[in-house]
Amino acid sequence: MDLTTFFQSCVTSVSIGSAYALIAIGYTMVYGILRLINFAHGDIFMMAGYFTIFAMSNFMLPWYVAIPLVLAMTALLGVVIERIAYKPLRSAPRMSIMISAIGVSFFLENFATYLFTGLPKSFPGIGFLQIPMEWGSVKLQSVSIITPIVTIVLVVALMTLVNKTKIGMAMRAAAKDFETAQLMGIKINRVISFTFAVGSVLAAVGAILYFSPRPMVYPYSGMMPGLKCFVAAVLGGIGSIPGACIGGFIIGAVETFLVAMFPTLSGYSDAFTFVLLILMLLVRPTGLLGEKMTDKV
Amino acid sequence: MLKIDDLKVSYGGIEAVKGITFEVPERKIVTLIGANGAGKSTTLRTIAGLVKPAHGRIHLQGEDITGLSPDRIVSKGITLVPEGRRVFPDLTVLENLKIGAYLRRDSIEDDLNWVYELFPRLKERSWQAAGTLSGGEQQMLAVGRALMSRPKIIMMDEPSLGLAPLVVKGIFDIIREINRQGVTVLLIEQNANMALRIADVAYVLETGKLTLSGTGRELLANEQVKKAYLG
Repeated sequence: MDLTTFFQSCVTSVSIGSAYALIAIGYTMVYGILRLINFAHGDIFMMAGYFTIFAMSNFMLPWYVAIPLVLAMTALLGVVIERIAYKPLRSAPRMSIMISAIGVSFFLENFATYLFTGLPKSFPGIGFLQIPMEWGSVKLQSVSIITPIVTIVLVVALMTLVNKTKIGMAMRAAAKDFETAQLMGIKINRVISFTFAVGSVLAAVGAILYFSPRPMVYPYSGMMPGLKCFVAAVLGGIGSIPGACIGGFIIGAVETFLVAMFPTLSGYSDAFTFVLLILMLLVRPTGLLGEKMTDKV
Repeated sequence: MLKIDDLKVSYGGIEAVKGITFEVPERKIVTLIGANGAGKSTTLRTIAGLVKPAHGRIHLQGEDITGLSPDRIVSKGITLVPEGRRVFPDLTVLENLKIGAYLRRDSIEDDLNWVYELFPRLKERSWQAAGTLSGGEQQMLAVGRALMSRPKIIMMDEPSLGLAPLVVKGIFDIIREINRQGVTVLLIEQNANMALRIADVAYVLETGKLTLSGTGRELLANEQVKKAYLG
């Protein structure tokens, strides 16, 4: 591998890694509060891709109108899914709500196929993300620089929200103990809705940044990135927001460098992600920054 | 002040509370004593809104509060210190106290000082994670956290559970002090001896029914109570 490829891979892995980080945070936040792996999260991400296509290609909205609209729609989708598919199962065994999540995932994939057909749709160009840049012999698009910056800003904002605000305090309290949180006057359902809204907004930002350098969106676009980001969340220690970020970057780096170093293995790059998951679960089941598993009483 | 009228509560088909009626007069300390599984905790949890009653009414100062959600009950001025303390272990002591005042929009500075005055230990440890406190300190924090909502009535579920006798005495002194400062107390205890000593009014709860009542002193002297609960 020459130096150019090395630098090129560095840029790519940071860029894809930060998009993964944004999506992984959604998994980790929902897990933190509901102890649920939200299997529909990858499909919420996919829907955000379609929302962007509709807003920009079909309705011809400029990006500064389209993006806020897409974020709002995705947040709404996340909240509605929680209300319909998870809230009625609040006191059911954890397995039931997990199955419900898998059901929502299938539903969204098929619903998208029905609505948008199975044919890939091209993702609209967003001007400021596609400025070609050159740095020595390394060629890239502005999205590769913007993605990590946006991610850092959002993660800092999120950490401030969780650690310094009243609603953040309520989220941390509810994550530990629903019942006592209720005794403090916290409206649990509102906190959970808020968590889903935040997770979905981050997934929508991730979707715009992820799809922008790629040509197409199709109804199963969310599956692989969704699974990879779930792996990222587990690697970093599910429940931990910094953990999810680190996990996202690790997955991004591993798959990029694997392809760069061993081009013949490029077909297996997804498989390596899951090998990584298995190794992590064997060595350190709680992940890099995960706390000891304590069951909510 | 608080009136419980023919309250019945079922848990998964089993009737845990079978029609109890009692009253908590303003500014008094009222205690329910009884064995494990008599329905004491269920009664408090129902008043707090965590469990919906199958039958009966609960009135606070003449207002029907039966079946309201826990956050509405807290805002009406009833707070519960749950069994086993249940402080938020990852939050600091100060955050735990702040979360006790979650529903309040006015300044909490005075109340914070009041709680720190009652429990100077909490002030020393305000930046520590609550999970690192000792059992007694956690109990103080749980009581302090409940007081931060400025309750009219504070309900306590087994505050002496798992604490050393000296610490228990400290907790009971504080309960009396809180009451002297105007907060009505509804206390349930297995440690009947301590509870009856500070209670103005006491009830005995047996398998979901109230079987005896009187002043704390009367029940302390009662032969049946002596035999069953004071050993």
